[in-house]
Amino acid sequence: MTLTERIASVLVWVIAAFTVIFLLTPLVVTVAVSFGSSAVFTLPAPAWSLRWYEAMGRSRDLWGAVATSLQLAALSTLIALVLGTLAAIGLLRGRFPGRESVVTFLVSPLMLPGLVLGIAMLEGFRAAGLRAVWPSLLFAHVVITLPYVVRTVYGALSLFDFTLIDAARTLGLSYPKAIAKVLVPGLAPAFVTSGMFAFLASMDNYPISIFFTNAWTKTLPIQMLQYVEESPDPMIAAISTLLILLAMLVLVAGDRLVGLRRMADL
Amino acid sequence: MTRLGKLDPVTLLALPAVAYLGLVYGLPLVGLLARSLMVEGTVSLTSYTRFLSDPFSWTVIGNTLRVAAGVTLLCLFIGYPTALALARAKGAAQALILVAIILPLSVGVVVKAFAWQIVLRRDGVISQLLVGLGLWDAPQRLLFTETGLVVGAANVFVPFMILPIYSVLKLVDPRLIEAAATLGASPLYRFFHVALPLSLPGIVTGIAFVFSMATSMYVVPSLLIGDRFQTLATLTGRSFLFMRNEQLGSTTAVVLLILSVAVVVASAALSRRFGGAS
Repeated sequence: MTLTERIASVLVWVIAAFTVIFLLTPLVVTVAVSFGSSAVFTLPAPAWSLRWYEAMGRSRDLWGAVATSLQLAALSTLIALVLGTLAAIGLLRGRFPGRESVVTFLVSPLMLPGLVLGIAMLEGFRAAGLRAVWPSLLFAHVVITLPYVVRTVYGALSLFDFTLIDAARTLGLSYPKAIAKVLVPGLAPAFVTSGMFAFLASMDNYPISIFFTNAWTKTLPIQMLQYVEESPDPMIAAISTLLILLAMLVLVAGDRLVGLRRMADL
Repeated sequence: MTRLGKLDPVTLLALPAVAYLGLVYGLPLVGLLARSLMVEGTVSLTSYTRFLSDPFSWTVIGNTLRVAAGVTLLCLFIGYPTALALARAKGAAQALILVAIILPLSVGVVVKAFAWQIVLRRDGVISQLLVGLGLWDAPQRLLFTETGLVVGAANVFVPFMILPIYSVLKLVDPRLIEAAATLGASPLYRFFHVALPLSLPGIVTGIAFVFSMATSMYVVPSLLIGDRFQTLATLTGRSFLFMRNEQLGSTTAVVLLILSVAVVVASAALSRRFGGAS
């Protein structure tokens, strides 16, 4: 190795190490603050305590928002998995002109500013006479989750060897059984990855949900941002810590099921 | 026979999703565009000419583009070497880098923006660190400054720079670089004429992702810089949520939309060009 190469290599590793620390900083700081006793965000904390977790346990607004967000994320992910998988199969198996543009259309909500989608849908729903909070939120969240499923399942399907289904049929399986035994296991990693990211995207969404919530029904990010703006105290850090824990659990499950490296194939 | 008759029936499986997005998302977007062109019942560009003739609008557009460019540059500067390290790393080092990218990606933006509020304070970690290193004489506040906003936003978006570059780099055959070395190319020549061009499609995608997300971010600037500094996205949000000025909000929303579509189209064209070249 020449000197230039050695310097370049050291530089790459130093910057990579810095980036790892940089990426983990907000998470570490949040967890540290949540276990501090002080009401201001001093680090290191003067003493450790669980008082912010107790405060969180007592907060009624918070648990209402958590329930709304979890239900919304689960339901919209489920709908997206069904609609998105059907769409991916239909688009990949059917041959027709303009297929790529239909795929681009189905994935496009991911590429456009959430706020713009929120405003467009707000006015669209108003024009259609839809004012109820829950259905509006659900309709909007399926728009958030569907692109994740279409993108990942379509990608996985384009690598799938459909002659395997014919082989299973030749070996005596009925068509539905062949689908269940061959296609579904082949797509399972795509379901897991896209379902996870769709679920987390719905849980995290602020710029679209903000247009459909009201004083009584709020999603978790909206409730949290309201806390941050009105009464910033480490209780938010305690909530955040639980959300980090949730993300870790989801990732451990994802790693067991499909492997981290596969999940990095965005 | 109708045109539909020629379609393979399996294509119909795509119908529910296409119809759903068409109604709930496509139609409203067209409606938004149409309404921004309608002023008092006639088609006119008045709301745009009014918006673009106001110097404040240009401040807002400038803020948006400057911050997005800063975030993109910072992400590229730290993201490219990290992607390179990830592509070369093995075992525990690779797992650590992957976790450091994917875990924050799975944690919500409100959580991260709130954490940066703490980190960027006058008594926050960065201030303490820089004073400790002797780089700053006295503690300073980075919160509510443009620098703080760029750093916080880069933290949120850098995974979207690293992953596309990594996905290209891991496919580059290391023997190509070795071959260049055998043929007598200097390290710098090898980087600029072999390694960099091969990773260009990933870089283009990463830049497009980060730039368009940084242009349209709303939560991060709301928490890290506040109301005195407006971008197209925060102005759009405020017009609807607080100022009840839906005319202005629709106009800025369409400007934002055009900007994002332009970035997506440009990056698709660019990566096709570079992809075709390699």
